[in-house]
Amino acid sequence: MNTKKAAAVALVAALGVTSLAACGGGNGDKGKADGASPAPKTVTLVSHDSFNASEEVLAEFTKQTGLTVKVLKSGDAGEAVNKEILTKGSPQGDVFFGIDNTLLSRALDNGIFVPYEAKGLDRIPAALQLDKEQHRVTPIDSGDICVNYDKQYFADKKLAPPQTLDDLAKPAYKDLLVVENPERSSPGLGFLLGTVAKYGDDGWQDYWKKLKANGVKTVDSWELAYDQEFSGSAGGRKAKGDRPLVVSYASSPPVEVLYAKPQPKVAPTGVSTGTCFRQTEFAGLLDGAKNPEGGKKLIDFLISKKFQDDLPLQMFVNPVTNDATLPELFTRHGVVIDQPYAMEPKKIADNREQWIQQWTSLVLK
Amino acid sequence: MLTLTGATVRFGARAVLDAVDLEVADHEIVCVLGPSGSGKSTLLRAVAGLQALDGGRVLLDGADQTGVPVHRRGVGLMFQDHQLFPQRDVAGNVAFGLRMHGVGTAERGARVEELLDLVGLPGAGRRAVSSLSGGEQQRVALARALAPRPRLLMLDEPLGQLDRGLRERLVTELRRLFRQLGTTVLAVTHDQGEAFALADRVVVMNDGRIAQSGTPLDVWRSPASAFVARFLGFDNIVPATVTGAAADTVWGKVPVPDGSPQGERLLLIRPAGVRVTAAGEGLGCHVAARTFRGGHVAVTLRPAEGPLLEAEFPLRDAPEAGAEVDVEFRAEDVVVLDGEDA
Amino acid sequence: MVLPVGFFAVFFAWPVVSIVERGLRPDGRWELGGFGETLTRPEILDVLWFTLWQALASTALTLLVALPGAYVFARFDFPGKRVLRAVVTVPFVLPTVMVGTAFLALVGRRGLLDAWWGVRLDTSVWAILLAHVFFNYAVVVRTVGGLWAQLDPRQEEAARVLGASRFRAWRTVTLPALAPSVAAAALMVFLFTASSFGIVQILGGPAYSTLETEIYRQTADRLQLSTAAVLTMVQFVAVGVILAVHARTVRRRETALRLVAAERTARRPRGAGQWALLGGVLLSVALLILAPLGVLVERSFATPDGYGLDYYRALQEVGDNGTFLVPMTDTIVNSLEYALAATAVAVTVGGLAAAALTRRAGRLVRGFDALLMLPLGVSAVTVGFGFLITLDEPPLDLRASWILVPLAQALVGVPFVVRIMLPVLRAVDERLREAAAVLGASPWRAWREVDLPLVRRALLVAAGFAFAVSLGEFGATVFIARPDNPTLPVAVARLLGRPGELNYGQAMALSTILMVVCAVSLLLLERLRTDRTSGEF
Repeated sequence: MNTKKAAAVALVAALGVTSLAACGGGNGDKGKADGASPAPKTVTLVSHDSFNASEEVLAEFTKQTGLTVKVLKSGDAGEAVNKEILTKGSPQGDVFFGIDNTLLSRALDNGIFVPYEAKGLDRIPAALQLDKEQHRVTPIDSGDICVNYDKQYFADKKLAPPQTLDDLAKPAYKDLLVVENPERSSPGLGFLLGTVAKYGDDGWQDYWKKLKANGVKTVDSWELAYDQEFSGSAGGRKAKGDRPLVVSYASSPPVEVLYAKPQPKVAPTGVSTGTCFRQTEFAGLLDGAKNPEGGKKLIDFLISKKFQDDLPLQMFVNPVTNDATLPELFTRHGVVIDQPYAMEPKKIADNREQWIQQWTSLVLK
Repeated sequence: MLTLTGATVRFGARAVLDAVDLEVADHEIVCVLGPSGSGKSTLLRAVAGLQALDGGRVLLDGADQTGVPVHRRGVGLMFQDHQLFPQRDVAGNVAFGLRMHGVGTAERGARVEELLDLVGLPGAGRRAVSSLSGGEQQRVALARALAPRPRLLMLDEPLGQLDRGLRERLVTELRRLFRQLGTTVLAVTHDQGEAFALADRVVVMNDGRIAQSGTPLDVWRSPASAFVARFLGFDNIVPATVTGAAADTVWGKVPVPDGSPQGERLLLIRPAGVRVTAAGEGLGCHVAARTFRGGHVAVTLRPAEGPLLEAEFPLRDAPEAGAEVDVEFRAEDVVVLDGEDA
Repeated sequence: MVLPVGFFAVFFAWPVVSIVERGLRPDGRWELGGFGETLTRPEILDVLWFTLWQALASTALTLLVALPGAYVFARFDFPGKRVLRAVVTVPFVLPTVMVGTAFLALVGRRGLLDAWWGVRLDTSVWAILLAHVFFNYAVVVRTVGGLWAQLDPRQEEAARVLGASRFRAWRTVTLPALAPSVAAAALMVFLFTASSFGIVQILGGPAYSTLETEIYRQTADRLQLSTAAVLTMVQFVAVGVILAVHARTVRRRETALRLVAAERTARRPRGAGQWALLGGVLLSVALLILAPLGVLVERSFATPDGYGLDYYRALQEVGDNGTFLVPMTDTIVNSLEYALAATAVAVTVGGLAAAALTRRAGRLVRGFDALLMLPLGVSAVTVGFGFLITLDEPPLDLRASWILVPLAQALVGVPFVVRIMLPVLRAVDERLREAAAVLGASPWRAWREVDLPLVRRALLVAAGFAFAVSLGEFGATVFIARPDNPTLPVAVARLLGRPGELNYGQAMALSTILMVVCAVSLLLLERLRTDRTSGEF
C-alpha cells in the first residue's frame, strides 16, 4: 500500500513541476524581477566557498538593520564570478563579495554591478580603490600571495631561505618549490602575475624556463600544494611532504600557529617577502538585485569596523580600513609586505588567457 | 440480446469486418465459424469494446454501446489462450470479475466454490495457475468468465489448444452447462465439429462478411455457397446447367432435388451421394486412392473427364484401388448452390 | 508520454541548448567560425586524443578483467556470491570523488603501495585506468553475466556431442550469443570512461585533461563559452553515435536466444582449472574492488591515537573551522531526502516513458529511447550552468529551491529506470489487460491489478537503482547544492578540500557511511532480482 501511495504522491508532484514548467517555458525574456513584498526581510550575499564570518558579527548586522543575511556560497572564486556573469540581470542574490583584482575587469566589463558609494570609503587607502570613478565595487580585504618556507628545513641545511623571485631560480634551491596551476588556483595565478609584473611581458617566460629547469613542481590546488607537498605545514609534515618552498599566503604562518596544539612560540614557517603579489577582494551591488537597499546596507557593513576586525581570523586576510585592529596573532607572527608586485586589472583581463596558455605549454607539457 | 448493424472494422485499406449484421437472441448459443483471418475474432473484440468500430453499431439489450468502455459492457470473454493472471491463484482468477463488480468477500467465496464445482474443479481454489493442465486452465478461464454472470458470454476458440478427445468431451459438457445456466453465448471457432456440437445456430464468415447463417443441420445439408461447401470439407463442386430435375455437368447428367434453382449454377455432390452402378450405365472412373475411415471408406475417383471425384462407400461395397468402376449420383445428396462465387 | 517529454525538454534540453547557444551566439549572431578554430588548436586536439585513448584503454582493461568475472558470476555457485555481486556494484554508484579518494588512499602519497613498496601512481595515467576498471567492473559483470547466466548450457553440450572441442564449442555457440551484450557493455563502459570527470580531476593532476574536464575548465574557470559550446557539441555528436550503436546492439541482443532460468545454469566449480579461475577472479575482485573500499573504511577508523570512532563522533558536531553550517549527520539526512525525491521523480518520469515506449514502437519512439540516455554522457557542468541561466524566472525560478538538486539527480536516474523497466513492461501480455477490462476493470484498475503486480519487482529494482545513483551523483549536485544543505558526496569533496587530519578522517567516515548505505540497498536489490528483471544493469 505504501508504494502505491508513494507512487501517487510522486505522480502528483511530478505533474505539478511539469505544469509549472509548461507555464515557465513561454516567457524567455528577462524582465526585471521587482520585489512584490514592500520590505524584504533578508539580504542575500553571494560569495565563494571560502567566505566566513562570525555568527556574532552577522547578528550585529541584523540588530542594526533588521535584515537577516543569507549567505550563498557559489563555488570557488572564479566559478562564483562566472556564475554571476552568466546570470547577469537576474542574479542569485543582492551583493557579491569575493571578486579579486585578477577577475575584476571581467566582471566590470560584463556589467554585473551597479554603482554604489559606500559610507566610510574615506577610511580605505585610495590605492586599493580600483574603481574610484564609478564605485561599482568596494574593496573589503587584501592579502599577499607569497612563497612560504619551512624554517626547520633551511636551519637543518644551514641554508638561507630565498627572499626574492630571482633566488628561486638559483641552483641552491633546486627541486624545492611547489606551485599551483594558475588556471585552477588563485594563488597560482597570483604568483604567475607577480612574475609577469617583475620580469615584464618579454622576460617572464624565460624566468619560468629557469624555474622549470630548477625542478619546480606543479599541482592543481592550494590544498594539495600546502597540505600534501609542503614540508613546513602541519598537514604536509604528516603527509611527509618533501618541498620546503610553497606558493601560499603571507598570512599562512599565523594560521599554522593558530591551528597547532599546543601553539608554538614561533611560527614554523616564514615568508619570502620579495615574492609577493597583492590580491584585493571587492564587493559590489548586483544588477537586478531584489533587495538593493538592503544590499547597500550590507556593503556599508562589510567595511564597518566590526566586520573588518572580524576578517583576519575568519578568512586569514588583512582588513582594508585604517581603523581596523589586527589580532595579536597577526601582529606577532605575520609580516608586513611593503613592496608587493601588482598589476592593473585591465592588463590582467586582456592577457590572462594568453599568459595561462603560454604558461601551460611552457611548464606542463 | 445482441444486435450488430453494419459493423465495420478496417485495418488500413482492408475491411476485417465488412458491414456485418448479426442477431443473438436470449439464451441462444451462436457459433461463428470461419477460417483464420475471416474476421471472427475481430467480431468478438468489437462486441467487447476492445476494438473500435469504423462503422455500424453494436447494441446490447437494445442499447447502443458506442462510447461505452470495455469494463462497463457487462459481457464476458474467454480468450483463446485463456490469459489467466499468472500472479493469482485459481480462486483469485475466478473472483477477479466479482471483485471488480464490488461483490463482498463472503459472497465471493461462495460463488467461487460454486463455479469451481460447476466446471469440475472442486477445491482447486488455492492452486497456482502455472500448475494447471491445459484442460484445467480452460475450465478456470470459463469459471472466471462466468463468475460475474455476464449477459453475453463470448468464447474465442474455446477448445482450440486441447487435444481431440478432451475437446469432444468438453464440447458436450459446455453445451449442457450453458443450457442449464441459460447463458447467451457467442463463440467463434474454425472447427466445424466443435461448432455443430455446441451451437443452436451457426454463422459462417468469410473475408469479414457473413456467408451463411442457420442451424447446424441446415448449413450442413444445404451450404449456401461454394465457399461454405468447401469450408465444410466438400470438394465435389462443378459448374452445371440446371434444367428441371437434372443438370448438365462435365460428369454427365446429374439428378437434382425438386425445386432446385434453374440455369447456370454450381453443383455440390456429397461424397455419400456417389454410388457404384453396373458397368456401362454410369460415369466411368479409375479408382485412384482408397482410404479406410472406420465406418466407411473414402475413395478418390478419376473420371475420364473433369476434376477428381470424392466418394464414400460402405465397407463391403468399396472398390479396390486401381479398379475401373461406373458411378451414378443420388439426387438427395446433390445441392444446387445459390451463391455466385465459384 | 507528455510528462517524460516535458521533463526532458525543460530540465535537460532547454538548459543545455541555452548554454550552447550562449556560447555560439554571444551577440545575437551565430558565430560558427569557432568550430574550425577550436578544433584545430593543439591543446584541444591533445584533449580529444587523450579522451579517446584513455577511454579505449580503460574499456579494454575493464573487459579483460571483468569478463572472467562475468563468467564466474554466471556459471559458478559459491558461498557469498550474492553479497559479492552487490559489493562489486557498489563502486558504480559511488560518487566519482570517492572513487578518486579511495584510489589516492591506495596508490597515492602515503597510500598502501607507497607505504609498502614506495610505489606511487597518482598523477599517472595508470591510476585513472585502474579507477575506471574499479568503477565499471559491475557494468560488464551485470550486462554480460546476466545474459550468460541465462544461456542454455545444453547448446554448448550439443556442440560438444557433435565433436567440437571445449574452446570451439564456446567460440561457435556461446561467443556469438554473447557478442552483442559484450559490445553493449563495452559501449557503456566507453561512454562512462570517455565522460569521466571526478576521477580524472582527482587522479589526473594538472597534466591530464579529458573532454569533460576541459568543458568544465572552459566554462567554470575561464568562461570561454564558445570553446565550451564547441566541445559540448563534439561531445553530443560522439555520445549520440555511441548511443545509436548501443541501441542497435541491444535490439539485436536477445533475438532468437534460448534463455533458461539463471539458477539452473550455475553449479559448483569442478576441477583444478575451474577452481583456479574462480580463485583468480576473486583475487582480482579483492585487489581491485575490495582493497580500495577497504582502505576507505580503515582510514575512517584510524585516528591519531589508534583505531577508534572519533571521526564518526565528530560528524555529529558543527565543524569549528566553519566548513559547514550544519552537523555532518544532517548531510546524511539531506542526502537521503534528496535521493528519495529524485527517485520519485525518476521512477515517475522513467516509468511513464517506459510505459509509453512499450505501447508505441516507432522510429520516433526509439529515438526518444536513446535520447533519454543522453544525460549520462553530457557534461554535468553544462547542465548545471544551463540550469542557472534558464531556471531563473518565476514560476520556474528554481535556482534557490531545494528541488533543483533532486531534479538534476533524477536526470541521471531516468535512463536506468527506463532500461530496467522497458524489457519487463514489454513482456506483459496486452491481452491480460484486456481480460481484466472485460471482467470489469477500468484501465487504471487494470494497470493496478495486472501490470503493477507483474512489474512490481522491476519497479522496486529500478527505484533502488535510481536511489543509489542519485545518492552518489556528484557532478551536477556539487554545482547546484547549497552549502547550508550539502549532500553526502558534496560534503566529502568539501572535507577533502580542507586541510587537516580531522577533515580527512571525517571524509573517510562519511564515505564509509555512504558506501554502507549503497551496499545495503544493492543487497536488497539482489534479493529482488529475478530473471524477469535482469535487464541491462
